[in-house]
Amino acid sequence: MLIKLTGGTVYDPEHGIDGMVRDIFVRDGIIVDSPADSKIDAEYDLRGKVVMAGAIDMHTHIGGGKVNIARTMLPEDHRADPVYRTELLRSGVGRAAPSTLTTGYRYAEMGYTAGFEPAVLPINARQAHMEMGDIPIIDKGGYVMLGSDDFLLRMMAANHDQQAINDYVAWTMKSAQAIGVKVVNPGGISAFKFNQRSLDLDEQGPHYGAKPRDILKCLATAIYELGVAHPLHVHGCNLGVPGNVETTLNTIQGIEGLPMHLTHIQFHSYGTEGDFKFSSGAARIAEAVNANKNITVDVGQIMFGQTVTASGDNMRQHANHAHANPKKWVCMDIECDAGCGVVPFKYKNKNFVNALQWAIGLETFLLADDPWRVFLTTDHPNGAPFTSYPHLIKLLMDRSFRNDKLSALNTDAAAMTTLGSIDREYSLYEIAIMTRAGAARLVGLSDRGHLGVGGAADITVYTEQEDKERMFEKPDYVFKDGELVVKNGEVVKVTWGTTHVSRPEFDSGIEKSLEEYFDRYMTMKLANFKILDDELTEDGRGRIMVHPCNAEGRA
Amino acid sequence: MTEISDADLCINVPSPFCGVGTDDLKIKVDGKRITLLENGCAVNTPAFEQPVSDTSPRISGQPVDLQAAVDKSAEILGRSQLPLVSGLSTDVNGMRAALELADNIGAITDNMNFTAAMRNLLVLQDSGWMNTTLAEVKNRVDLLVIIGTDIDALFPRFFENYVWNEDALFCQDTSKRQVVYVGKGPSGSASTSPNGNAARVLACQLPDLPEVIAVLRALVNGNPIKVSSVGGIQVTELQTLADQLKQASYGVVTWAASEFKFSQAELTVQNMCEMVKDLNKETRCSGLPLGGKNGDQTSFQVSGWQTGYPSRVNFSDGFPAYDPYLNSTEQRLADGSADALLWVSSFNIDNTPPPTDISTIVLGRSGMTFDKEPDVFIPIGTPGIDHSGHAYRNDNVVAVRLRKLRDAGLPSASDVLSAIHQAL
Repeated sequence: MLIKLTGGTVYDPEHGIDGMVRDIFVRDGIIVDSPADSKIDAEYDLRGKVVMAGAIDMHTHIGGGKVNIARTMLPEDHRADPVYRTELLRSGVGRAAPSTLTTGYRYAEMGYTAGFEPAVLPINARQAHMEMGDIPIIDKGGYVMLGSDDFLLRMMAANHDQQAINDYVAWTMKSAQAIGVKVVNPGGISAFKFNQRSLDLDEQGPHYGAKPRDILKCLATAIYELGVAHPLHVHGCNLGVPGNVETTLNTIQGIEGLPMHLTHIQFHSYGTEGDFKFSSGAARIAEAVNANKNITVDVGQIMFGQTVTASGDNMRQHANHAHANPKKWVCMDIECDAGCGVVPFKYKNKNFVNALQWAIGLETFLLADDPWRVFLTTDHPNGAPFTSYPHLIKLLMDRSFRNDKLSALNTDAAAMTTLGSIDREYSLYEIAIMTRAGAARLVGLSDRGHLGVGGAADITVYTEQEDKERMFEKPDYVFKDGELVVKNGEVVKVTWGTTHVSRPEFDSGIEKSLEEYFDRYMTMKLANFKILDDELTEDGRGRIMVHPCNAEGRA
Repeated sequence: MTEISDADLCINVPSPFCGVGTDDLKIKVDGKRITLLENGCAVNTPAFEQPVSDTSPRISGQPVDLQAAVDKSAEILGRSQLPLVSGLSTDVNGMRAALELADNIGAITDNMNFTAAMRNLLVLQDSGWMNTTLAEVKNRVDLLVIIGTDIDALFPRFFENYVWNEDALFCQDTSKRQVVYVGKGPSGSASTSPNGNAARVLACQLPDLPEVIAVLRALVNGNPIKVSSVGGIQVTELQTLADQLKQASYGVVTWAASEFKFSQAELTVQNMCEMVKDLNKETRCSGLPLGGKNGDQTSFQVSGWQTGYPSRVNFSDGFPAYDPYLNSTEQRLADGSADALLWVSSFNIDNTPPPTDISTIVLGRSGMTFDKEPDVFIPIGTPGIDHSGHAYRNDNVVAVRLRKLRDAGLPSASDVLSAIHQAL
């Protein structure tokens, strides 16, 4: 099957192509060179259209226990957005915590072709993969959570050498079928189980004595030495706490140049100035990100309206439960491994704190210079559902639209943001970097996020419009692995994507101590804990792609 | 992974039956016959050893081949105006296939344990909770409070595995753990500590639990109580328990909603969960709802991610509409609105469909017998014995990987449901 996409205006930052007219050829799902004289099976006339790689959401809570708690606890939210069955599509529900099938359809309808679940608990990884296995069309993958797990903290307390920790990290990635590693409130989830309610970066945690700073350093070193492409993915200490901008700046300094991704940084960029002792730290954060090339961030933009926050950070979720709207919430301690907290939220533009959170996120986008190191997220669904991305892109690309929205904010908040004085408007090229090329590089997907020969043919085609929200919410065409899956913003074919993983090498001797540990303290046999490939592929529609590591010369 | 050490000997076998995800079973397979050699219990041993007695599908009691039974099922569902897809005691893939079919034919789904589970799920949907999982209990609990539930009978290895375990990460001496029963006391001695300390029992009639729990919560919060006893329990006794809960470092309050067969059960669960939240203002305490048998958590989980709702979803208007009362199988059979019943029951031959005169298709475990022969009966395999699969244990976090142990020629629920869907 040879497809020709003719005459589109191509934005392919990985190859430095900024709005040039190009033909693209796709054979059997892969982008190929212009064939000499092969027969074209299908041709799409894309003259005047904008062509980009399929978008990649590098941080979205789409699968796993806490997401399903959020779904189950919000029947009233689902009722506001029933999704009807069609000849082609299964029924479902949308809004804050959409059902899996609807999640896949809606991502594809916006031109997204991959999404990565950032909080895969090792003990709950099987569920994350089963849920993601029921998300159609898009590719997926997960970052496995470490940093409050008893086994790691115990190793650190016993002064195990870095090599042993690297083995454990690599073993966990393999067992959980992960592509990266995330740490959430380092040591804090564990500390909460010992009845501690906060844990600062340089504070010794209970029982093990490990400081969050040391946990971050230890895990970032492991990821670097193992050669995992995705840097340590960090949800830092003190999420949502006024003044946490200092913690975040210290976290950046404390990692001492190692690659580190700071996620939903908006929630970690708060100062204590002003009458309400809550202010924007975005300028200082952006300055630090600009100055430290080892640091990447995604924003975790909030949008006004109903959503639900689902996080591994049970310590901070418990601290924030009084804000639950509607008034219900869940916290869980999980298997000496991790935890979770689910708190519904309704962000309001007339609420001072919410309004300033909105502005802080946008300030971060606009003050961080390098779009290769800042990523477009709402931390779905924590800041807002992923379906708000087209609106967010418009806020970034259209200054007057942004200023209109700013003028509707709580006036005290509006007075405390510099947003109105920022002229920057993102270009299509920069949007393509943030949502495609940069995201693929960050996650470690060499065959996605670009339109070069040899790349997977995940391609999105838009009609350029003045109203960027309209433009990005309804692509003309979306191709997934070369198959036309969306036409005029509607799914026309349902396919099943690939699960992307990475498998750094490790000394299998680590299993000996793990097996003994599991037998003595856990509630499952080690052999039953590990997720084997057939669990993801035996249904005949799932596939696994293993991305290489580059450990050479790093250890 | 289940390791098959000899041709017919399997170790580390996980159980889909007991609800606590036991996975240390040693099993011998001899053709179709299974013998549980080590670590069995009153729940798992008979469930694994249940013999295969029939492998042939039947239409109106007459043996037919699988395709004929599938075609007949499709015919019944095809002419139905409002079918029920119920029972739903199966594994993850069985649920996936059942939901796809139900969505496609506009059916109403239900689970055989939902009336019990609803006592918890309505609380989750109204106010939430703070819960924990089995490994946290095993390594942290210092006070276990059991409300209205005979754990000995329901979960025979619970104490052995999670309370009186010799080694625990954060407790020097697990034998000093305190156990208190409220409501009914234990039927066995599993809750007695290794050094002989019997559990304390604050006995009352279960229908008095709503009042007893309300008083206990009030005492935890320091609110004045005017009566001196409630449900036959002295308030001073409850005050002692409230103090214990406040002093515990990691208290756990546990119950099985299936035992709460009394009026205002869900409000009682809510009061328990809110009491746990109240305790967490100062110390740590967690709830631990017990259940997970017959694939109930599995069913709720898959329904949750595919539809947004745990069960009792009506697809007849083209989208998932949840109503935990109106969409119960009992209600729909009573009001006559449903005209066909597809009953899926993979684990236990006693879990047969409710009596009804409407056309009935049963996908049931081999060996199932009926007071009234259904229109179609298709014997299906049991996940974790006849085919691989996944099942959730009762803490809702851990899914166990189930393995195929034998080949008795029994299809999976998922295969049969997909075939029926295909035939439609």
